[in-house]
Amino acid sequence: MEFPENLLYSEEHEWVRDEGEQVTIGITDFAQSQLKDIVYVDLPEIGSEYKKGESIGVVESVKTVADIFSPVTGKVIEKNLKLKDHPEWVNTDPYGKGWLLRMELKDRDELKELLSSGAYQGIVSKES
Amino acid sequence: MIIGKIKDNGLIQDEPLIFEQGGEGRRGYSLPQWDVEEVEAQQTIPPHLLKEELEGFPQMSEVDVVRHFTRLSQWNFGVDSGFYPLGSCTMKYNPKLNEEIARMKGFTSIHPYQPEESVQGILKLMYELQSFLAEITGMDQVTLQPAAGAHGELTGLMMIRAALKARGQKRRKVLVPDTAHGTNCSTSTVTSFQMIEIKSNEKGIISPDQVARLMDEDIAAIMVTNPNTLGLFEEHLAEIAQIVHQKGGFVYCDGANLNALMGIVKLGSLGVDMVHLNLHKTFSTPHGGGGPGSGPLAVKKELAPFLPIPIIVKEGETYRFSENHPLSIGKIKAFYGNFGVTLKAYAYILSMGAEGLKRASEMAVLNANYLMNRLKQYYYLPYDRPCMHECVFTDRYQEKHHVTTLDIAKRLIDYGFHPPTIYFPLVVKGALMMEPTETESKEGLNRFIETMIHIAKEAQENPDFLRQAPQRVKVRRLDEVLAARKPKLRWTGKNPNNQIPSSQ
Amino acid sequence: MKSYLRYLPHTEEDIQEMLKAIGLGSIEDLFKNIPQDHRLSKPLDLPGPLSEPDLLAHMEGLQGSLGSSFLGGGAYHHFIPAVIQHLTSRSEFYTAYTPYQPEISQGTLQAIFEYQTLMCQLTGMEVSNASMYDGATSLAEAILMAHRITGRKKVLLSQTIHPEYRKVVETYIDPEEQEIVLIPYLKTDGRTDESALIQSLDHQVSAIVVQNPNFFGVVEDLQPFSEKIHQVGGMFIVGFSEAIAYGILRPPGAFGADIVAGEGQSFGIPLSFGGPYLGIFTTREKFIRNMPGRLVGETVDLEGKRGFVLTLATREQHIRREKATSNICTNEGLCALMATIYLSLLGKKGLKELALMNLSKAEYAKKIISRMNGCNITFSAPTFNEFVLEIDGDPGKILERLKTEGILGGLALSKFYPEMKQHLLITVTEMNTRQEIERWADVLAKSIG
Repeated sequence: MEFPENLLYSEEHEWVRDEGEQVTIGITDFAQSQLKDIVYVDLPEIGSEYKKGESIGVVESVKTVADIFSPVTGKVIEKNLKLKDHPEWVNTDPYGKGWLLRMELKDRDELKELLSSGAYQGIVSKES
Repeated sequence: MIIGKIKDNGLIQDEPLIFEQGGEGRRGYSLPQWDVEEVEAQQTIPPHLLKEELEGFPQMSEVDVVRHFTRLSQWNFGVDSGFYPLGSCTMKYNPKLNEEIARMKGFTSIHPYQPEESVQGILKLMYELQSFLAEITGMDQVTLQPAAGAHGELTGLMMIRAALKARGQKRRKVLVPDTAHGTNCSTSTVTSFQMIEIKSNEKGIISPDQVARLMDEDIAAIMVTNPNTLGLFEEHLAEIAQIVHQKGGFVYCDGANLNALMGIVKLGSLGVDMVHLNLHKTFSTPHGGGGPGSGPLAVKKELAPFLPIPIIVKEGETYRFSENHPLSIGKIKAFYGNFGVTLKAYAYILSMGAEGLKRASEMAVLNANYLMNRLKQYYYLPYDRPCMHECVFTDRYQEKHHVTTLDIAKRLIDYGFHPPTIYFPLVVKGALMMEPTETESKEGLNRFIETMIHIAKEAQENPDFLRQAPQRVKVRRLDEVLAARKPKLRWTGKNPNNQIPSSQ
Repeated sequence: MKSYLRYLPHTEEDIQEMLKAIGLGSIEDLFKNIPQDHRLSKPLDLPGPLSEPDLLAHMEGLQGSLGSSFLGGGAYHHFIPAVIQHLTSRSEFYTAYTPYQPEISQGTLQAIFEYQTLMCQLTGMEVSNASMYDGATSLAEAILMAHRITGRKKVLLSQTIHPEYRKVVETYIDPEEQEIVLIPYLKTDGRTDESALIQSLDHQVSAIVVQNPNFFGVVEDLQPFSEKIHQVGGMFIVGFSEAIAYGILRPPGAFGADIVAGEGQSFGIPLSFGGPYLGIFTTREKFIRNMPGRLVGETVDLEGKRGFVLTLATREQHIRREKATSNICTNEGLCALMATIYLSLLGKKGLKELALMNLSKAEYAKKIISRMNGCNITFSAPTFNEFVLEIDGDPGKILERLKTEGILGGLALSKFYPEMKQHLLITVTEMNTRQEIERWADVLAKSIG
């Protein structure tokens, strides 16, 4: 299972890549392994704004649905349209091709509330 | 082996779709003779509102159609095929007498708008059935309109909203235990209530102090199931009902599990204000492969004014429909409910009588406890307490061999059984919920028990082989991921093997 | 011997053996978890038990009486081929459960896939679900779906939609979420009043809902409605209650409908005093994830063989729970099977011929009636197999008179449309012989005169 060091993590199993004014968001390797084969990803409208913790979309496998909770407060500026035809990339490459969306950050301080790779791994080992 | 196009599948035959067979000019129908002048559609209806042909519709002879659907039926497993221990579904035997009764012309050919004088027997039947269901549940009035349990739940919550409105109140929330059936949750949302979950305690039931903590004046109702989906009697229900009533809320009961209680407990005496029944479960009407069902709703008299119209009224010896109910929520279905289904439940109740119904519940509970006791050495029992009409196991003992609930279920198919309900209720990980019902004989139960014990051994000794299950079926482990990623929901005329890309 | 025991196999010996295996002394012990004061102390007050022959005799006496029927209005008297009952009586079909275990339900699943396909072909749409409860609830769910998709708060409902369907829609819709605006009909031709509709149309409207053929039997022109609602970004919903009409009518999909929600009872399902019937629900592929009801999809198994499964279940109650698109679980599976068998028998040519026969019989009835004094055909627009008749005299008494002659002469409309005090809805199908029609007209003429 992978927990890239250069990323930040939320307790709801999202990862965040800090890109300055904006962040790229996805779900973690642990999350995709729990959901198993992903069949569909429901992503928010471009331009929509969300507070940290709000549900911004849904990831579906055959037998489950899981909410994607926004790890930061901000505005959606891009989403991964290719996932429509290739939802399986979230399983095979969750940190790369399986990225979900990009948001413009409202408050960079919120990033301090996220977890490091090590801290997130700690949470995951408790849940397993 | 395949020789050219001929396959040797024995009696498990392949059968194409209706669109892939038949031919130009084949017909399977017979119409009355033309005794009036034939009118061309364009003579009366403007051509731009008409169509030429029904694109894609098949053309088959009667023989083609009969062979086709007969073959399809042979791939199915029904209650008449064998043991069907689906938890919370009550797959009991469907009496054939009731099927014959439901085919009587004086029932099947009756139009819903016939004058009331011509359907007095039918109205009487419906009125009496209502009173039977009220008596069984300990309630005051019943509507036969809902077409299914979920429809009954919808009706119930709408009535609760109307009752609150009549008081000048508007409450936004509903309490639902974590063991609830999915329809309880979705019904809450569909009726614009916010669902608040109550966690069941370590005994698998809900506790009064939990409810007391959550109950306030913004909660319209609690939706309970009794017995619950773990097969356990909600022992604190009467106290919980009081707590809810004290703050002006209502108690809705999902009656899907009534098969455990007939003649033993009346839900009304536990403080329940409304309960829906599933006639296609407790009252032996057939499941039909997904309906039709019937979900009558029984209510206490305080809620009766809000029942959907029309209501059957008895005046002397005459029955009629009345729409004179100003507080009614309105109609939830056209006409009067699934009469063709309620008819069978009426016949069933008369066949059983009070003693038969009580005996059915007693035997249902006996059978479930028997299963539970005989299997508990082999499968983990999360709640090791006497159950009611169903019991829940898990795959915990089999986990170390990497055998899951799903594998066990699929392996049962190879031995000629329909699997129990799997992965529900959600509070139990890897749940295997079994409801044998009262119509299963001791030998039948023993066969099932022996098979389950054998499968537990297989899990230890030959898990790889077990995980290949099912083997002896028409199709094996269908690719549900592909079906969800690339939905193909109708025939479009293209070769299916070209249409669907391989999943890896 | 109590005959209900034929459904309860355990003998006293069986029971004792099983109790012993559980470690209990008596049946009473099974219920000791239940507090004593909740236990019933006396038996339920119910009649019976009746033996099989006695029950049959009892039921025979409760039957309704039949007559030569000109009743319609959402439930239709059509011929049901013998094959249908024969096939749906196979217990592998009717005693089966919902096909959650696909390996042992391929029969049900393939039949539903065929049903879904036929409904798409019939209505000119792209995807169908496995059924809803009936035409009325199907229409209500269509309106809820349009609201979910557009987020708008107004829906325009034609007054020519079946009055009971409209009542169901009113019950289903939360007045705080949506407003229903009723669009009147034109008194001359019986169609939905297009100009009244245009006046109510704006960007707050989620959908226009029209029925075709409408409750008066009149054939509506769907084209203008489709154009108008799409211009403002709303959805076009079309309902129907007489499915046979689509043997000749151009389907709603061809006019750009977004959702079609109708009644399939005419396809081989008995009248049964109002139910069980068949809710048909079809829509466009782009709306799949918003649609209610079960869906069966095609796939392959481990060995590459074609098979069918329930799919996209994540919209449904058992997975999505409180975020489900609907709370529907059990639907009308066996009725959908009846419709599938019916349409397989009739096929392309049969449905068309049947529709033409219905049209012709109704036109014949209209022809004789138009020669009579004291009654006239109210609406000028084309009709299918139903039409509205205005008569001189008390419709109630006239129908009474017809009834004494064994004729169910029509449906008085005043209870549905208070302004139509003198009007009857007359329905003529392939089951009304020429003789019957002439007799009906004859008795009608005498009752009026």
